[in-house]
Parts: sequence; structure tokens; C-alpha cells
Amino acid sequence: MNLRDTPDEARFRAEVRAWLGANIPAGLRGREDVGLARAWSRKLHDAGYAGLTWPKEYGGAGAPLSHYAIFLEEAAVAEAPSHLGVIGLGMAGPTIVAHGTEEQKRRYLRRILSAEEIWCQGFSEPGAGSDLAGVRTRADRRGDAYVVNGQKVWSSFAHIADRCLLLARSDPGSERHAGLTYLLVDMHSPGIEVRPLRQLTGTAEFNEIFFTDVEVPAENRLDEEGRGWTVAMTTLLHERGTLGFALAGRLEVEVRRLLALARERRIDDPRLLDRIAREWIELQALKLTNYRSLARLMETGVPGPEGSVSKLWWSEQNQRLTKLALELFGPEAQVADDSWRHAQLRSRGNTIEAGTSEILRNIVAERVLGLPRSR
Amino acid sequence: MDFSFTPEQEQLRREARDYLADRYRVERVAELADSAEGWDPASWPELAELGWLGVTVAEERGGAGLGFVEQAILLEELGRALYPGPYLSTVALALPALGPDEQAAVAAGGARWSAEVDGLVPDLALVEQVVTDGGAAPAEGETLDTTDTTRRLGRLAPGPRTPLPGALDRARAGAALAAEAVGVARRALELAVEHATAREQFGRPIGVYQAISHPLATSYAETELARSLAYCAAWSVDDDPDGAPLAAAAAKAFAAEAAVAACERAIQVHGGIGFTWEHPLHRYYKRAQWIEAFGGFPSVQRAEVAAALLG
Repeated sequence: MNLRDTPDEARFRAEVRAWLGANIPAGLRGREDVGLARAWSRKLHDAGYAGLTWPKEYGGAGAPLSHYAIFLEEAAVAEAPSHLGVIGLGMAGPTIVAHGTEEQKRRYLRRILSAEEIWCQGFSEPGAGSDLAGVRTRADRRGDAYVVNGQKVWSSFAHIADRCLLLARSDPGSERHAGLTYLLVDMHSPGIEVRPLRQLTGTAEFNEIFFTDVEVPAENRLDEEGRGWTVAMTTLLHERGTLGFALAGRLEVEVRRLLALARERRIDDPRLLDRIAREWIELQALKLTNYRSLARLMETGVPGPEGSVSKLWWSEQNQRLTKLALELFGPEAQVADDSWRHAQLRSRGNTIEAGTSEILRNIVAERVLGLPRSR
Repeated sequence: MDFSFTPEQEQLRREARDYLADRYRVERVAELADSAEGWDPASWPELAELGWLGVTVAEERGGAGLGFVEQAILLEELGRALYPGPYLSTVALALPALGPDEQAAVAAGGARWSAEVDGLVPDLALVEQVVTDGGAAPAEGETLDTTDTTRRLGRLAPGPRTPLPGALDRARAGAALAAEAVGVARRALELAVEHATAREQFGRPIGVYQAISHPLATSYAETELARSLAYCAAWSVDDDPDGAPLAAAAAKAFAAEAAVAACERAIQVHGGIGFTWEHPLHRYYKRAQWIEAFGGFPSVQRAEVAAALLG
């Protein structure tokens, strides 16, 4: 046990810090400006910071996971914008590495890192949310292609995406987990319509995707026909596996902003100070727990179900934290700094997206604690 | 950055768990807790022989010369087993205040100590001497009626004090209490999971109902976060003394609350049986409450954290 950086980690941290200090473009907040965000993502790639842990042969840096964790920490502290390819980096890439052919790896991975191709995810449907096995979007085999018909929902980035991870039913007589196939779909294909979903914050990050007779070449299938469920589980495992580091990074930014706000507003009410301290303590707990997962992940290579704890905790803590921030404004909360008001409203989605808190508690109860299955 | 245990540390944990499972079955702990003495004095030479009393004492003084992480591993396991005896009092509270000869005596099992914190002395009747702000005091005074009878609190009688080379180390105490709290929380969660798996109502094990399983998932999350904070604090005691007070305050606050909550959820999941004297859960609950109150409730530690961050 050594909670300090090794000399190699310290060198990498210093290098990242210097690079971020010199390169973060002024005025780039979030990813609202796609042009700027693409340029930033490209810059990250050119500097070697996109796909840090990916194999070198596919454009990654082949670095240890600890470097990735350090990069995310430093990026959070510097308030650096994210790489635009969130879905590509966190989900599409690892899934293609695990299940793709050599040709698919060469075709897709490098362009994820350079943000030449942005990915979105087509899993959830109006009738298949937490119960993903209820997928009804059809992928009917016709010759060398699948013809896709159906509707996907809650797809971040779909409005700017070039590619989609699609889970569809290829065997029309099948039910539940069987008969599903995983396709890599070109979002510029004829028959695809993307409609933004305006969320309760007033902004639109998510989309509905409508597929009408969309032809997907059979070579764009990932793994075998009918193996879609297994491939989709790889995607979700990775979504929740390394996500913890990114989330702790975001929370670190929020806690720093909260402390700055408390200083600025000269908060001295002990009840509020108590809750501010609680946020800081829980952030440390989350970061440290990620370090423990990291040590295990570096040993085994596969994220374990206990990774669900990070996302579960982060989402609920972020909801508490953003409400507390508004409370620091007192009666002026309704007219407070819009970034806090937006962050608070946005946080209500945190316990729903990427696995609801209910599903994550099921995972912990059944796969970690070994309680009998609830269904 | 390596937040994992070495094979030797894992081995130490296994040995501790096996020994405690063998010698301190919960029925025996209950018996001792309800006895007049509150512990088994014959256990002390055994702990000395196991090397547990001198874990952090230098090798040339008869100790093992290990770090506070190893100490925390033992405290977690002793907490999990609810060992009744002046272990935490001696090695976590008093030891840093003592000179080399006294430390050697502790390691050999020849001296039991406690410390006065906020006017209260844990295990007063089980030790010979007490570390106070004014120096060492003979362990004379009154033992008070204490909720957790496995660790009774006392008040020292007034009297002369002998100077000591050191003083109570609050960071070390906080890290120790946090480690113990993690052990208590983990055990309460295990008992709840066992019960939810075995107990059937409406024709199914109650663990299938999410009203039962989801609070236990929350206990798991809190226990793991508490464990992270506790071992960070334990590591800081030796390797980051400047950061240790803040790390220990954070760990003690979070772990104590996590332990209390884990026990309360376990009692609820057990239903009526969890509310009985016969069932051991209340023993864990009372220890969790003891840890929560000792040295100040979590709000006290959070005030320290807030002062460090914003003061």
C-alpha cells in the first residue's frame, strides 16, 4: 500500500499538468460547441492523451490504467473539457477490442481516438429500459445486409454521431436474451432520423433515433449473429467499470466549486458547514474506493461488479451536492448562477442514466452480496 | 499509487479472522459482555503471544516493527469479532504516549493502558495505568454504567500524575476507531444477508424483496467507502503525518455513521428477532454507537474538516 505516486506516475502527472495548463482553449465550456470540442479532442489525441490504455497498434498509448486515472484527475482539477468521443472511448472502443475482427479494430478504433468519428449508443427503447432484454428493434437479414426497423431512445450525441452501437432482434421468433445481434451502424445511412429530446433542464442532450428500412452491411456486425446480449454486457461492464474515475473527476470539480462558493458567500452557518464537510469527505471516499478498484482492475484486467458502487454513490452524492450549492444562495437560489441551477436539475438524471440506482442496487445485492434474485 | 494489501497483510487478516472465529464466537462475547468483569483476562497473554500487542512496537523492544496499516487490519478484525478487552485502549490510544520501556512492557503483555478522552476512560477497570493530558495516572476511579458493556467507560479519581514522554495521538485514535467501525459494519451486513437468504415469508426468501435487498446494497456501498477512508487514514499515520489528522477525522466520521446505519438496517431486516436481547445484533449496534460517540460525534469531526477546508 502506497497512496503516493510512484516516480513514473509523478513524472506523468507533472507532464499532464503542464500540457493542460498550456493547451486548454479559452471559453470552451462543456461540449456545447461541437466544432471547438472536436478540435480539442483532436488535440488530446495528437498529444497522446486519448485512449491512454488502448493498445499502441490501434492508436492508443498502451499505458497502465493508473495513467488514465491520473489524467482524469488532472483534467478535472484543470477543468478541462471532455473528449467528445465519450461513448466511443468508454463503450464502443472496449467492446470492439473485445469482440471485433482485426479489420473492425483497424477500421474503427483510431478514428474514435481522433474524434473523426463520434459514436452514440442504441440500446434503450420506449419499451425496453431497465429491462433491456425487451428490445424490439428488428434487424432482418437480407443477403449481405441487415435491414433495421425500430426506435431507440435516450441516445446522447446521436445528433452529432457518425456511428451507433445498435442492439437489435435478428431472429423475429426469439424472445428476451436470445436472438439479439450487435451492429455497428453508419448514422449517415438513409432511413435514420434523429430527434432531440428536450429534458427538464430545457436543454437537449439526448435523442430518439428512428430506423426505417436502414441497410447495414453484414460486415458491420460485431461477433456472431444471435450473440448480441453477450456483447452488450461487455459494453455495460466497461461503461460502469472505468466510468468511476471520470465521475470522481467531475465530482472533484463540483466540490472545488462548492468550496469556492462557500468562501465567496462567507458561509458560517454550522449546519451548512457540516454538509459541506460531508461532501468533501464523501468525495475522498469515492476517489479512494476507485483507487482500490484500480488496483484490482490492474491485477485482473476486468472490472468487477463492485464498480457499480462508484456510479451509484456518485449519482446520489451529486444530487445532494448540487442542492446544497443552491441552498448556499439562500432565498436567491431561484435566480442564482445558472451553472448551479442547471447542474442541480441535470443531477436528477444521474440516478436514471447508465443504469438506474434501482438496477445498480439489484446488481450489488445479487452479484456482490449473493442475495437471491428478485426476478 | 497502490491501494491494495500485500500478501503478508492478507495473511495477517486471515490468521486474525480464524483465531477470533475460533476463540470469540458471538455466544462467548455475549457471555463476557454480561459478566461482571466484562472480559477474559486469560486472553491477554494469548494476544501477546500472537504478537498483536506489539504490532507497531519496534523489534528491538520485542514488537513486530510493523506499520499502522497492519494495526488497522487487526483492529478491523477485532471489531468484526467484538473482542472485549483493552486492546484498542492500549495499542491505539495509549501506546504513542509511552516511553520505550513501557512500550516493551505492552508488547510483552505485561502492561495494560488506557487514555482519558473528554473526561472518559475506556476499560478503566481492565488496565493498570491511564494516559492523561497531565501525564500517567493510576487506573483508579469509577466505572460507569455503559451502553456497550464490552467496552465500559470510567472516570478517573483525582490524584498525582507522572510525566510521560508523549501524548494521545488523535489521528491514530481516529484511524483506529474507523478501522474497528468497518469491522462492525461488515459483520452486521453479513448477518443481515444471512438472515435475508434463510428467512422465508410469503413463500420466498425475504432477500428477493427489494425493500430488503436495496438497503443492504446501501450498507455495502457505505461499508466499502468507509473501508477506503479508514485504510487511507491508517496509511497516513505512518506515511503522511501532516495529512493524518484530516484523513482520520474524515474516516472516523464516515465509518462511525456507516457502522451505526449498517446495524440499524440489519436490525430492521431481522424483524422481531433483531430486537431481542438473545440475538447478537444489539451488541454490534452498541459498539457502533460507542465508536460514534467516543472523541465526539461525527458532526464534531466534520466541523474540524470544514475548518481545515474553509478556515
